[in-house]
This record gives sequence, C-alpha cells and structure tokens, in this order.
Amino acid sequence: MEQKLFEIVEEPIAIELIIKKVEDRNAGAITTFIGTVRELTAEKRTIYLEYQAYKPMAEKMLAKIGEEIIQKWEGTKVAITHRIGSLDILEVAVVIAVSSPHRKAAYQANEYAIERIKQIVPIWKKEQWDDGEAWIGDQLENVRYPNAKPDIKDETND
Amino acid sequence: MIEILLFAQLQEEAGTDNITMDLSNVTVKKLKEQLQNTYGFQQIKESMIAVNESYALDDDIIKAGDTVAIIPPVSGG
Repeated sequence: MEQKLFEIVEEPIAIELIIKKVEDRNAGAITTFIGTVRELTAEKRTIYLEYQAYKPMAEKMLAKIGEEIIQKWEGTKVAITHRIGSLDILEVAVVIAVSSPHRKAAYQANEYAIERIKQIVPIWKKEQWDDGEAWIGDQLENVRYPNAKPDIKDETND
Repeated sequence: MIEILLFAQLQEEAGTDNITMDLSNVTVKKLKEQLQNTYGFQQIKESMIAVNESYALDDDIIKAGDTVAIIPPVSGG
C-alpha cells in the first residue's frame, strides 16, 4: 500500500513512521518537528485542545507545502501528519519530517513547514480552559486575514 | 443552490456544519455579503472562501455544484 506523505489523522501519531517516510540513501540529515499540547499559555491553563480540520483541503494544503519545500530546497523529502480531535496536555498534534543531503536545508525547510501550516492549512484548535473555551485564530497575524483581531492575543508565538 | 461548509466558530454560531444558499454564478465577494446579511457571522470579514478545496479570490465566480467552504483564521500546529 502506498503511504501518504501528507495526512490528517484522528489517532495518536507514530513518530517513527513519519521519519521512515523521508528516509533516503542520499540524505545526510533528517529533522523532525514535534508539536505538542502545552498546558500554560501566558497565565491561562489549558485542560485540553480540540482540533478540527477541513480534511480533504487540509491534506491538499500540506501537500502544497511539501511541493514548495522541494522547489526551495533541492533534494529534500517531506512528510507531515497532523492529528485532530481531542488532545490532552503532552500529546503530539503535528509531526514534520524533512530529509536532505545536508543538514542546513533540513532545519530550514522544517521551520518553513510549520510556519506555512499556521498560514494556509485549514485546521483550527479550540482551547478548553477551566473557566471557558474558545476557538483560536490568526496566530501569526498574517496578511490573509488583515482584519482579524481575535480576543486572545497571547497566541502569537504558538 | 450552493452548499457551504462551516468550521470552528462559524459552525458553532450556525449550529450546523453546512448550509445551502439559493445562489449560482456569484462572486466570492457577493457570497460573503450574502452570508453576512443572512447569518451575521462574526468572522466573515476575516475569513477566506475556499472553492473546490482551493482558496478563492474576491472576484472568482462560484457556480452551482461547486464545493464552497468558509475558512476562518486557521490555528493548526
């Protein structure tokens, strides 16, 4: 069965399997980014997060990010899996693996991937606090949403 | 008829994950105005519209049968 390089899943992510997808005999480096659920953001204590995705489009946009990376950094291989549903503190929400012949490209491309995810991939998270809940948006204050002024401003470096 | 998918805050506001509007051959801009007038979504101005799973521009035309989604500011990762 052909494996999917860009995937939205509802089950816990097997990190090792994502890394396997980018292994290459010509690679000298693999970088892995693991995005986890954090308890404290500013003074707010998160109980758990709920992620939702527009799944077919989200997988398409993840694949688009992969194409962008291959254009920018020659010889790289990319795999990204994002989990949706309810996630507890410490759980893994996203894994990005990039392999490349030399390490610098793998580091740079990996950071590029997470930044682009926060710009163009239709995934949303809802914070559950002990005293309320809210869907979080516009973490990067990016130009796509020039009028976005969410109430929660402590998410800009999430 | 155009079916419109809703997510996150918009889905909660509407109490459903999809709505249909009796429109065809309208621009994205016009659709957003209609949505604002009919449903009064708080986030419509800062949202993008996706047509057939790609981001659309204000002047793009939406035809009957297209899959339309309102994409409020995303927060993945």
